Amino acid sequence: MRKLKRRTALIATGAATVSLLTGCGAADMTKQASPFANARGSKTVTLSVQSWVGAQSNVAVAQYLLEHKLGYRVDTVQVDEVPAWDALSQGRVDAILEDWGHPDQEKRYVEDKKTIARGGDLGVTGHIGWFVPTYLAEQHPDITDWKNLNKYASLFRTAESGGKGQLMDGSPSYVTNDKALVHNLKLDYQVVFAGSEAAQITQMKQFAKEKKPFLTYWYAPQWLFKKVPMTEVKLPPYQDGCDADAAKVACAYPRTSLQKYLNAGFAKSGGKAAAFLKKFKWTTEDQNEVSLMIADQKLSPEDAAKKWVDSHPSVWKRWLS
Amino acid sequence: MATLSLPTSGTGTPRVLKSRAAGKLLLLALFAAVLAPWAATHWPGAAWPHALTVSLDKPLATASNWVIDNRDSHPLFLYFFGYVSNAVVLSVRAVYVTLLAAGWTGVTVLGALVAWRVAGVRLAAGTAIAFLACGALGMWVPTMQTLALMVVAVLASALVGAVLGLAAGLSDRLDRALRPVLDTMQVLPAFAYLLPVVLVFGIGVPAAVLATVVYAAPPMARLTALGLRGADPEVLEAVESLGATRRQRLLTARIPLARGELLLGLNQTIMMALSMAVIAAVIGAGGLGDRVYQALASVDVGQALAAGIPIVLLAIVLDRVTAAAGAGTGDTRTRAIGWPYALAVTAAVALAARLLGRLDWPTGWTLDIAAPVNHAVDWMTNHLYSGVPVIGGTADWAGHFTTWILDPVRGGLQWLPWWSVLLIVAALAWSIGTWRTALTAVLAMAAIGVLGVWGPALDTLSQVLAAVAVTLVLGLATGIAAARSERVERALRPVLDVFQTMPQFVYLIPVVALFGVGRAPAVAAAVVYALPAVVRITAQGLRQVDPAALESARSLGATGRQQLWQIQLPLARRSLLLAVNQGVVLVLAVVIIGGLVGGGALGYNVAFGLAQGDLATGLVAGAAIVCLGLMLDRVTQPTQRRTTKGA
Repeated sequence: MRKLKRRTALIATGAATVSLLTGCGAADMTKQASPFANARGSKTVTLSVQSWVGAQSNVAVAQYLLEHKLGYRVDTVQVDEVPAWDALSQGRVDAILEDWGHPDQEKRYVEDKKTIARGGDLGVTGHIGWFVPTYLAEQHPDITDWKNLNKYASLFRTAESGGKGQLMDGSPSYVTNDKALVHNLKLDYQVVFAGSEAAQITQMKQFAKEKKPFLTYWYAPQWLFKKVPMTEVKLPPYQDGCDADAAKVACAYPRTSLQKYLNAGFAKSGGKAAAFLKKFKWTTEDQNEVSLMIADQKLSPEDAAKKWVDSHPSVWKRWLS
Repeated sequence: MATLSLPTSGTGTPRVLKSRAAGKLLLLALFAAVLAPWAATHWPGAAWPHALTVSLDKPLATASNWVIDNRDSHPLFLYFFGYVSNAVVLSVRAVYVTLLAAGWTGVTVLGALVAWRVAGVRLAAGTAIAFLACGALGMWVPTMQTLALMVVAVLASALVGAVLGLAAGLSDRLDRALRPVLDTMQVLPAFAYLLPVVLVFGIGVPAAVLATVVYAAPPMARLTALGLRGADPEVLEAVESLGATRRQRLLTARIPLARGELLLGLNQTIMMALSMAVIAAVIGAGGLGDRVYQALASVDVGQALAAGIPIVLLAIVLDRVTAAAGAGTGDTRTRAIGWPYALAVTAAVALAARLLGRLDWPTGWTLDIAAPVNHAVDWMTNHLYSGVPVIGGTADWAGHFTTWILDPVRGGLQWLPWWSVLLIVAALAWSIGTWRTALTAVLAMAAIGVLGVWGPALDTLSQVLAAVAVTLVLGLATGIAAARSERVERALRPVLDVFQTMPQFVYLIPVVALFGVGRAPAVAAAVVYALPAVVRITAQGLRQVDPAALESARSLGATGRQQLWQIQLPLARRSLLLAVNQGVVLVLAVVIIGGLVGGGALGYNVAFGLAQGDLATGLVAGAAIVCLGLMLDRVTQPTQRRTTKGA
């Protein structure tokens, strides 16, 4: 009996200790940092890396400067775009450096909940479109107009597209209207989802090596253009609001000025790191230079960032001032 | 029910079995003759009738919005999930900080000493080498992050599993209730677990740990229950006659007797948790998995491999050490050192390293394997992709495979009227199982239709069928070769080990480079993943065939081929069926991940749901995968529950 009592007491003490440790009362899990952050007592910044290489370049350079010039430790987490917004609002990530436009999330987190703050322009303009390899466009100059695509559908036929032409789409996380476009423009094409950007790039490189025709959803700035020159296929021009109804879209994609976003708390109290990330702004050429080093020369992101930082002091000195 | 039990030996009474199966099929045919015309006239067409679907889009979207809006204010989150999440973060952090404080020397020495203590000198050396290799690959910090996450996830899984197993082992009613649940959880693809957890906990370490726990706890629970139930009744009786109380009986007899099963359960749990490490990177687990995932984004197979190898090493080391502990081969009481010494040595080494300022892995000591691996992969894809004389390139094979096999199978499945698909499922499941398993299979299949993803599910099913066929042909052939030659077996063993533990993500990209984007690479990846298990089970089954039977066949002058076809294969029937079952389950898991390389169908829907935060698409597809897995398992699993239970 006595033994039992002692055990109960032990359990009670244990429970009390735990609740003391975790801070009695509410536990708001939307305000938790990663367990790997601040591990050595140094100040840590967590950056979200999206899956494409351009985003890796932003992060690599920001990480290099934060670590070597400002003395922070940087953690990076790869998260898809929409979940990254959620993670950013919860403070699991401190910043997203390249956002391609998510009006729904912007409204929810920036305007309504105010958990995310704008971080300004990245300085790079993004554009999504349909592309064919330049060697194909030279053979058939009229292929670059969408009206002629049906004429060439048989060129793009693959095992996956059945009897139709194949329009290759990439990662499920990307903004795309392609299914609606194919339907609304009455094109004899089948959208085939590569499922990830890595798979899409691998396939495009293989096609290019054999000089085979292909039609793909792609975007600029992108390092692959340097390896596989591609020409855009003209779609009906973009006008404001023509993509408002997702099912009825029949126009090209807009040009987006890519944005940075910071966690609201971090933006306020993030000190030098937050100030630096707000000022971080470079050009498409700069980003491509780093991307190409990472993806094509297979440099590690850190080495690529070091190379760029060493050769462009005038650009990044402005961000630190 | 008792009349439906199958013979356990697997050798006897094939005729009884056959006639019973025929009876079942006849009954089913009668049933079909009544219902099918009715169904066909009511809801004509091959696809699942639209009138019988339930759309979950609206409620799921509402639920997801509610969670996001209330996550920081609702008591359920503040007082329950918040604490769970906090506890996970705190414990992972504690382990991580401890590992970092021990430094690379401390961790390596501790690992080696623990291995020495439980498993002997050779494994200790192996453990040390494995840790040093992780550092040499430049992956020390990610390895520690993954290790921290694994320690917490494995402890939690083992605890949850042991509690559930204890309950099921002691109470018959709980056992009956839990067993189907655990059976089912074990066949589910890991990918399907991610979304529900993310919904509540958001992207990050807590979600990753919890998804891992859900995935890894079932084997521990199953084996704990099995161990408790399998305790020798005579020993128990003896203990009881000594006047032991219930609790004493449990603590002094049943649990110690179940030690082997408990450790096997731990071993399985660790393996499942590690296999989840990379998949959980999709929801922000960090560590090695994240490195693999990031490397793949830039199509850098070499870098992905550099992060994948530490996972393989950890898996192999942990597997061997826990297996050795379970088998009790650590004949070490005499030779090995005691725990206090081990801890003292570790602390001394860690302290020395700290004083020397050598906590971090030295920067110069890394080995770059990425470049040579990438060269090799490039060479392979350049030379094999197309234009190989006579046999054609891999791209051509993929094309032929898609048009000649995948398309007809998918077309055939989608051409079949929906009720006939249900009938086929029922017939298959019933002929090797009980009416219960058949009913489960049919209901699971029907649920897919009700969820409104009949088409994509059949697409996924066609990929699974094609991949299983290829896996079985290759796997049985290799397995037979391995069973018949000791040398082949020895040569195969490390290869199988590596492929079984290598994270599936690592070979997705080479597979695309070889087979292009589409369903063919998904099937290829699935075959690579499922092959080792099929080979192993086949080889083991064949080797366990009674040597006396073989000997007598040989003395009657049977040739090698005759022995194989007429003695070994029939006698190993049960193992072969198990190989099929395992093959199906593993193939399904990878075909789903194949959504990331153009496999489309359900796998793509799950990926889409995760990427876009679109619960409706992702969860419905996840549920459909669950049903598909359940159906496939029931259709391939010969039921023998009734016979084992009394034993």
